[in-house]
Amino acid sequence: MTLLLALAVGLAGGVGAALRYLVDNAVPPRIRARYPWGIAIVNLSGSFALGAVTAAVPGVWLTIIGVGLLGGYTTFSTAAVDAARLIMERRFTAGVAGTFATLVGCVALAGVGYAIFA
Amino acid sequence: MRLHPAILVGLGGAIGTTVRYLLSLAVPGVAGIFAINLSGALILGWLLSALKMRGPDEGRRSTVRLFVGTGVLGGYTTYSTFAFGTVGFLGDGEPALGIAYAVATVVLGTGCAALGILLGRRFPMGVDPE
Repeated sequence: MTLLLALAVGLAGGVGAALRYLVDNAVPPRIRARYPWGIAIVNLSGSFALGAVTAAVPGVWLTIIGVGLLGGYTTFSTAAVDAARLIMERRFTAGVAGTFATLVGCVALAGVGYAIFA
Repeated sequence: MRLHPAILVGLGGAIGTTVRYLLSLAVPGVAGIFAINLSGALILGWLLSALKMRGPDEGRRSTVRLFVGTGVLGGYTTYSTFAFGTVGFLGDGEPALGIAYAVATVVLGTGCAALGILLGRRFPMGVDPE
């Protein structure tokens, strides 16, 4: 049963990661070149969704959707590398302000998502 | 055989997510997610800059970037669990811990990514043997 759950979580994570790629690429390259809006949109929407499902979905489904689907959909590594690149290119406003704005936004939306469905 | 990029990312994402799930069972709570996110930022920084050192983003290099970078490492790390973990501290009446966890993750995560980028420039080996 644990193995089955791990497989389900992995499968859901694959779907989430593919969805992240599609959402990120739906943002026009011209806009993405200025700031990585695609990953910001993914992380903001995924954080809201995790708050909502944590309040609304019980048991193993929360693990599959929360840890799997939304864990695979949202990502920290790309956001961190984007921030480091912007700072190394001396684009401090985009790198630092963008990082903290995304952080505050994601935490707030996760809280709001939870509060709405609790 | 050419796979659609989203399929390639999805296959990698399934692997990364499974690794994160198993690690988070071994080290539950925010400590595990903290270590996962920082290590993932370091490795992705190294991978992307090492690939860039080896040549333009095409062919096998593009496949590695999508499968390992966007897929495996993207699925391995997570922002939603991190953000909701911060909410947990705030909801438990531990705002100082919540802020410390959140700020430490993004500041050290960005630092790990920068370190990875610098390491990739110096040590681009092991990527794309062709």
